[in-house]
Amino acid sequence: MNLFMLLEMAADAAPDRVAVGSRVGGIGYGQLLDRAGAVATRASQADCLALLDLNGPAMPALLFGAAAAGVPFAPLNYRQTDAQLAAATDRLSPVLVVEGEPFAGRIRPRPGVAVSRIDDVAQGGPHTTQRSVDPDAPAILLFTSGTTGEPKAAVLRHRHITSYIISTVEFASADVDEAALISVPNYHIAGLSAVLSSVYAGRRVVQLPSFSAEEWVDLAVAESVTHAMVVPTMLGRILDVLDARDERLPALRHLSYGGGRMPGSVVERAMRLLPHVGFVNAYGLTETSSTIAILGPDEHRAALAATTPEGRARLTSVGRPLPSVEVEVRSADGAVVEPGVAGEVFVRGEQVGGEYTSHSALDDQGWYATRDRGLLDSDGYLFLDGRADDVIVRGGENISPGEVEEALVTHPDVEEAAVIGVADTEWGERVEAFVVPVAGKLLEVAELQSWVRERLRSTRVPDRFHQRSGLPYSETGKLLRRVLRDELDDPAAPSMREHVMRDTAIVEPR
Amino acid sequence: MRPGSRFYSAVCETEVVIVRAADVVELSCGGVPMADAAPAVRSSGPARGHDTGTVLGKRYEDGEAGIEVLCVKGGRGSVAVEGRLLSLKSAKPLPASD
Repeated sequence: MNLFMLLEMAADAAPDRVAVGSRVGGIGYGQLLDRAGAVATRASQADCLALLDLNGPAMPALLFGAAAAGVPFAPLNYRQTDAQLAAATDRLSPVLVVEGEPFAGRIRPRPGVAVSRIDDVAQGGPHTTQRSVDPDAPAILLFTSGTTGEPKAAVLRHRHITSYIISTVEFASADVDEAALISVPNYHIAGLSAVLSSVYAGRRVVQLPSFSAEEWVDLAVAESVTHAMVVPTMLGRILDVLDARDERLPALRHLSYGGGRMPGSVVERAMRLLPHVGFVNAYGLTETSSTIAILGPDEHRAALAATTPEGRARLTSVGRPLPSVEVEVRSADGAVVEPGVAGEVFVRGEQVGGEYTSHSALDDQGWYATRDRGLLDSDGYLFLDGRADDVIVRGGENISPGEVEEALVTHPDVEEAAVIGVADTEWGERVEAFVVPVAGKLLEVAELQSWVRERLRSTRVPDRFHQRSGLPYSETGKLLRRVLRDELDDPAAPSMREHVMRDTAIVEPR
Repeated sequence: MRPGSRFYSAVCETEVVIVRAADVVELSCGGVPMADAAPAVRSSGPARGHDTGTVLGKRYEDGEAGIEVLCVKGGRGSVAVEGRLLSLKSAKPLPASD
């Protein structure tokens, strides 16, 4: 089984159905198959096919074409510097890099690194008859977002990804009017899995080259989009636009979100604004071929309607593991913990790659340590609690930054909050908070401290507060606490321009 | 036989890919053994009792042998293992997540 076979099946089932683009004038499954064949002819001359481009109609042809040629597809992050891109392409050499129009000239052709323009590769040309592709061959190489350190390339083999698609998507199950809007960059696992899932389901794909909330809404309206996946920061902005325009996207049926911590308040707002939409919280990682746990539409509705705190809390769960994967929560000594107890999340399953170009991170039994902290409740719902590396150990007590942040952002004058552990001679680590005030509001340390103390144990009250006009997030909305830790470690860092709030000091509004 | 390997019917267009491998002697389609390469010539058609068809994109399994296959090309023959017809695997559909 390889990725190309997924497209072959779809083209066999409905060659004339539109796969990519508008209902009129879009690329049909049969056409996409032809284009992928043309790409394969070029791709088979290299050991790897890399892409540097925004989302566009050529991307699916390149993804499937690389698979047909039996070479891995490596979408590159165009937000990286030229030096980083050069290092990445060196690592992939011998590689054929396909450059999209906006990035022409960013990759320097050199021995082992051939560069082609997208139109030369993705249009027509002779076809390669499909080689037999080993299911164990690498299909996708993704440089991970690196919230825990230097970027590294994750390896997903054909068997990982096809296993994920086959076990989670019912073949050709999409109604003919269904359309999925893809706005996540193609170098993100969700941007790739969205194409693969949609093709296998027979769902038309509509692409937003790069995200803006206004254009997302425009496209969703124009294309009568029925399905979409967004990351947390996108959803909040989309809701603002919908509110401002009094637009409710009547065609939309299904909106999934993931890629970072989603505040419960945003989900609630989305559900009240779009009651006709089924919301899906999807938890997954690059290394797991995308989703491993899902909170479905019915579970969202039940949580919103719940009257008990436990029932309501489900809205902040990432749901239950897929039937095809196993999830365990383990303590620091490696023992599996009881339900309700927090620890590190481990996952095992056929879709789990857990492998990098340098090494495999799977243990002997095939388990992958996600580095995410979380707990399973007694009904098997998974709750995430930030990165394992972000846990603050204060006087022997584990403190989750997320818990303190959640308390801080419920304060009416706090827009955003980040909490980190800072080395402390007395406690080992102490709690410090970064806060962004609501525009025009003043924040007072004593007030914030008592706000937290009223809601959480006193050990969780931040000792110091740092005011910021914004916090660092990854593109997919993950709060980058590491960046804040680095700033505190190096007070001379240029971004350390805003001041520490002194006890009880009144701070100027931004 | 291992996950990912592909088998071709000798009597119709059916092709399946092994999703879960099992220690079985033989996979048949239409009552005739399947091969790991496309047949040069197809024989007359599926035998009676092995002719309910195999549907593109459906998964079929045999609990006893522990085998599961995915139909990647549909045909008139039915797939069987050790003479037992595989049954259609019905899984509760998951909501789209990406």
